[in-house]
Amino acid sequence: MATTSTGDIEKTKSVEVKKKLNVLIVDDDPVIRKLHEIIIKSIGGISQTAKNGEEAVNIHRDGNASFDLILMDKEMPERDGLSATKKLREMKVTSMIIGVTTLADNEEERKAFMEAGLNHCLAKPLSKAKILPLINNLMDA
Amino acid sequence: MDALVAQLQMQYRNYTVSLYQQGFLDDQFTELKKLQDDASPDFVAEVLSLFFEDCVKLIGNMARALDQTGTVDFSQVGASVHQLKGSSSSVGAKRVKGLCVTFKEYCEANNYEGCVRCLQQVDIEYKALQTKLQDMFNLEKQIIQAGGKVPQVDIN
Repeated sequence: MATTSTGDIEKTKSVEVKKKLNVLIVDDDPVIRKLHEIIIKSIGGISQTAKNGEEAVNIHRDGNASFDLILMDKEMPERDGLSATKKLREMKVTSMIIGVTTLADNEEERKAFMEAGLNHCLAKPLSKAKILPLINNLMDA
Repeated sequence: MDALVAQLQMQYRNYTVSLYQQGFLDDQFTELKKLQDDASPDFVAEVLSLFFEDCVKLIGNMARALDQTGTVDFSQVGASVHQLKGSSSSVGAKRVKGLCVTFKEYCEANNYEGCVRCLQQVDIEYKALQTKLQDMFNLEKQIIQAGGKVPQVDIN
């Protein structure tokens, strides 16, 4: 079951509501889900989590999910990151998807993951420094 | 009181540095500490608590997989090792991560004795880290109770 942690919505002087970065964190490891939740919160975003690729796909099935960014782990039970990314792109999900790999993954594995439909690939462990430049580009777009 | 705080702070600094020098922790733990702030004051303790729960669960999975009479499914062992490697890397548990690298190699080589040795070592190491970090958190509590602030420790 996916869970949500929300932050406050800020208001600018012009009464417009500034939307926070909305992120889906997909990882089978609860430690990494928690770490990524806090990283996203620390850069002013809000997040929802999914334990595997199948949960991530199910979240999008009704067509109402709208994430700016999906952090997708590669190796997960039930449905791995590669398969989930392919499926999400087939479902016309246009969110930025960042694949999260390990240093042990070789170039071919990373390439296959990218070709499944990722926008970027980062190696674990993630940190604010690694993710911020990509997110700044996303917010500027 | 100031003298006590200063003494505790020095003890804390020395203890924390020793954890890095002895290889228990690496830079990722430093990154973790940086994420802790007033909005998430217990973040490090929460993540570490999840990590140690993960260790218990995954080591249990590895032990059960290695305990199969007949043919051991090394890919099943390897899957748990992979997950532990990921979570230990994410919290900066350097020794545990290092052991997982070796452990994974033994799994890929279907080396039963090597896997059993690594399993024993991983169990010892995560428990040792848990004790060390508990001591570190206890020092933090003592500093705060004495009216002081927990110092930022510059490892470099």
